[in-house]
Amino acid sequence: MSAQAPYIGRSVERKEDYRFITGSGTYTDDIVLPHQAYACFLRSPHAHAAIRAIDTAAASAAPGVLAVYTARDLAGIGGLPCGWLIHSIDGSPMKEPKHPVLAEGKVRHVGDPLALVVAESAREAKAAAALIEVDYDVLPPVVDTASAASSAVAVHAEAPDNVCFTWGIGDGAAVDAAFSGAAHVTRFSFANNRLIPNAIEPRAANAQYSPASDSYTLYVTSQNPHVARLLMAAFVLGIPEHKLRVVAPDVGGGFGSKIYVYPEETALVWASRRVGRPIKWTAERSESFLSDAHGRDHVTTAELALDADGKFLALRVDTTANMGAYLSTFAPCIPTILHATLLAGQYATPHIHCKVRAVFTNTAPVDAYRGAGRPEATYLLERIVELAARELGLDPVELRRRNFIRAFPYATPVGLTYDTGDYEATLERALELADVRGFAARRRASEQRGLRRGIGYACYIEACGIAPSNIAGRLGARAGLFEAAELRVHPTGKVTVFTGSHSHGQGHETTFAQVVADRLGIALEDVEIEHGDTGKVLFGMGTYGSRSLAVGGSAIVKAADKIVAKGRKIAAHLLEAGEEDVQFSQGAFRVAGTDRVKTFAEVALAAYVPHHYPLETLEPGLNENAFYDPANFTFPAGTYVCEVEVDPQTGRTRIERFTACDDFGNVVNPMIVEGQVHGGLAQGIGQALLESCHYNEDGQLLTGSFVDYAMPRADDLPDFIVETVRGTPCTHNPLGAKGCGEAGAIGSPPAVINAIVDALAPLGVRDVQMPATPYRLWQTLQAARR
Amino acid sequence: MTQLAYHRPVSAAEAARLAAGDPEAKLLAGGQSIVPSLKLGLLAPSALIDLAGIPELRGIRLQGRTLTVGAMTTHAAVAASPEVRSSIPALARLAEGIGDRQVRNRGTAGGSLANSDPAADYPAAALALGAVLRTTRRPIPADAFFKGLFETALEPGELLTAMEFPVPDRAAYVKLPQPASRFALVGVFLAQTGGAVRVAVTGAAPCVFRVREMEEALARRFAPESLAGIGLAADGLSSDIHGSAAYRAHLIPVLARQAVAQALG
Repeated sequence: MSAQAPYIGRSVERKEDYRFITGSGTYTDDIVLPHQAYACFLRSPHAHAAIRAIDTAAASAAPGVLAVYTARDLAGIGGLPCGWLIHSIDGSPMKEPKHPVLAEGKVRHVGDPLALVVAESAREAKAAAALIEVDYDVLPPVVDTASAASSAVAVHAEAPDNVCFTWGIGDGAAVDAAFSGAAHVTRFSFANNRLIPNAIEPRAANAQYSPASDSYTLYVTSQNPHVARLLMAAFVLGIPEHKLRVVAPDVGGGFGSKIYVYPEETALVWASRRVGRPIKWTAERSESFLSDAHGRDHVTTAELALDADGKFLALRVDTTANMGAYLSTFAPCIPTILHATLLAGQYATPHIHCKVRAVFTNTAPVDAYRGAGRPEATYLLERIVELAARELGLDPVELRRRNFIRAFPYATPVGLTYDTGDYEATLERALELADVRGFAARRRASEQRGLRRGIGYACYIEACGIAPSNIAGRLGARAGLFEAAELRVHPTGKVTVFTGSHSHGQGHETTFAQVVADRLGIALEDVEIEHGDTGKVLFGMGTYGSRSLAVGGSAIVKAADKIVAKGRKIAAHLLEAGEEDVQFSQGAFRVAGTDRVKTFAEVALAAYVPHHYPLETLEPGLNENAFYDPANFTFPAGTYVCEVEVDPQTGRTRIERFTACDDFGNVVNPMIVEGQVHGGLAQGIGQALLESCHYNEDGQLLTGSFVDYAMPRADDLPDFIVETVRGTPCTHNPLGAKGCGEAGAIGSPPAVINAIVDALAPLGVRDVQMPATPYRLWQTLQAARR
Repeated sequence: MTQLAYHRPVSAAEAARLAAGDPEAKLLAGGQSIVPSLKLGLLAPSALIDLAGIPELRGIRLQGRTLTVGAMTTHAAVAASPEVRSSIPALARLAEGIGDRQVRNRGTAGGSLANSDPAADYPAAALALGAVLRTTRRPIPADAFFKGLFETALEPGELLTAMEFPVPDRAAYVKLPQPASRFALVGVFLAQTGGAVRVAVTGAAPCVFRVREMEEALARRFAPESLAGIGLAADGLSSDIHGSAAYRAHLIPVLARQAVAQALG
């Protein structure tokens, strides 16, 4: 097979789209097993209440009901584990109260599951759940992030002041000294609005126990099935890990919310053996709102010290982060490791200190959501930089330029070392693409129509390619963060790749196939990517943190290189040459300086039909595994420019232009990357303009459906101008890839808000809180007029 | 488990008989409000009387200066209708701005009016245009139709069959959508016919209402400036996470001025 390489760098159409577009994908809810039973969870209507008694008699007797379980039945089952341990400044470990599978003694947020009903149908399970009588002693709830630590009410007895930990990073004394000598200090207080993820496919699970093999199979909407298996088997249910197979089939979006081990799927696995039937649960949208891990929710004060030339001297940050009612799987690392370490941004700020107080509240758990900590850091930094520019009367672009990091590698004062980057390049190109020169004329035209026009910038950086396991371990990770891959070359030279990364919309089946096809010099259609099944894939840490190509792809490259290395040995034998004389390129092994050649397929066939083969020194077969643990994070960066038009009468904002110029290192499939940026921008603009999770003072979720929770729609968004610069390839992974999945959601919120503030600054507006809804802007303008 | 009877009458008279015979039954038009309410358990009627199989309830007719829209005509049909677009383009635009494509293909003009949702668009059109709402029993002028929050003059067993919209000289509808639902946070429909102007506001209060002060000012002179100085009190207006009563009060004259400008083209 002659190769059409290189595939890398080409916008190859997505291999997976045929099945998605024709509706022939297989999602968890599509799977119906023989003797299928269905589950419904009874959820707390109260934010905070003691459970006096639960009467399940009527539910148990209801038609079709097979079983009803409460916490009492789960006695001896562990709580859901937290995958990250953070220590407070005083050295004490974070408060880690039990996260029970079904509520024990108390319910702690609206939607907290406290009983599981299994029935012949989902309808019967739901009807029976309504018959469960719970005697609640309703308690006052803790809802507000900022005041949780001073509440008289405790969500957990283990944390009487609701503080999970108070963590810090950076040299506080050096920061204080820098502030005392500063020519100017800019201060900024804000809330990073809480978001509800809303993947298009709700969470779902289907658990089956086989008495024949004494083993379990769980189909589940997961971004990381091996992690789910490990945590669920070893830490909660006590099932031997090899007796639990977790399959995450086609998954309709995750955005972080499907990383975690949740109560529902855990309860289903446990109950499947008790009931002796496979049990399926598919969340209703209302349940998704109440029970999927939410994102963001920080309340922050930041101060930036500058010298007389506008050079940043120091940054001081104090954040309170809402953990919700229980610690979700990776919750503690989001406002700490993934937030505070990014506070240098693209700037050579010499001293940074960040304190993070994490609090429990009677709200749904909060964990990583597209960007995870990095959007919070970027928002803080890119807003305060523009505020400082405005206060100093400097052009915000010029102020950024004065402070850019220009020499690499660069060690930040908050623990990271950027390997490479060129921030001027993305800035310069973004300014061109956004036609910043023409802005003044466009502003005048808007003003003539009674509208206000503004332009805003954001120069973001993110740490992706999570993560070097040893560094993560020092920072509190309770897991490794490598990735695994297996390349199985078939006798005909076709290749099946098993990857520990999981695709739930990212297009791995295409991108990874491009990488392998190039590496082995074979055709794209000769490569198949398998993922999402612990029964097939050797191991995997999954997909999140924009890590799949940089880490998962690198593992695949490593395995491919092992294939080539063994192939050279086989080819050398076949070609009767020394191994050192055999070269591999474009799908063929050649003896240097001769016309003697063996194709990849011929070598593969020889490996499986080893008649003429060095059996005494080499095993037959052509199959290799690799584990790749990154040497460092990767650091994608870029500049986003947003131009808005605001109607000061109604407060309505229209995004007129949005330009994103990114440096993702090497790009495998530009079309897929562009799509990732588009999706990220939509989510970031959603946060900036539309999305906000509201709990009232009773802890009731006011935005529990799409009637009140505003997701971005296509007509809320402009045509994006997206370009990936040639860039600075990552220096430490074989693909030179940095990751592109979250950038859009990280860089866009401050660009949008900066643009709105720029538009309304002539009316006296200094800050606008997210989301900048028409109502919010009207209130802001009213306040500015007073 | 909930039991629900389902009827599919073929005439308005039969539908009205079925409704009169079962006070717990609900009429099902396009289902855009009822079906979500059923799913969420907010509504548990004894029966649904599906009006989709009644041809006489559908259709659009323009006769002289009267545009008649059958109660079961979908928003999409109103939006696309050459009769509507030529006679009352503001009504076509209103229909085009409801919900999304799926909603417009299912939802009906009559269903919207009979539901009297405080944030629905059609009530503003009916009231500002001075429509006559025809039922199986009588004609009801729009001014007497809307009674309150989800409350109309329709009696048990009485079925809305068609709306007669007098064709105005000029009309316009401007709404600021609630960002999530896209229902009107505030919507202002105004129409000028001869010397008379009617201004109706939806979204701002529990029920659609007219603003006489604006009507009088615009009757004197139909221009945005005529509305200068006319403010509305926030008292009695709705307040929620998407907008306070004060914001809604502020929006009414703002949107009314935009509507006048739009009507003047």
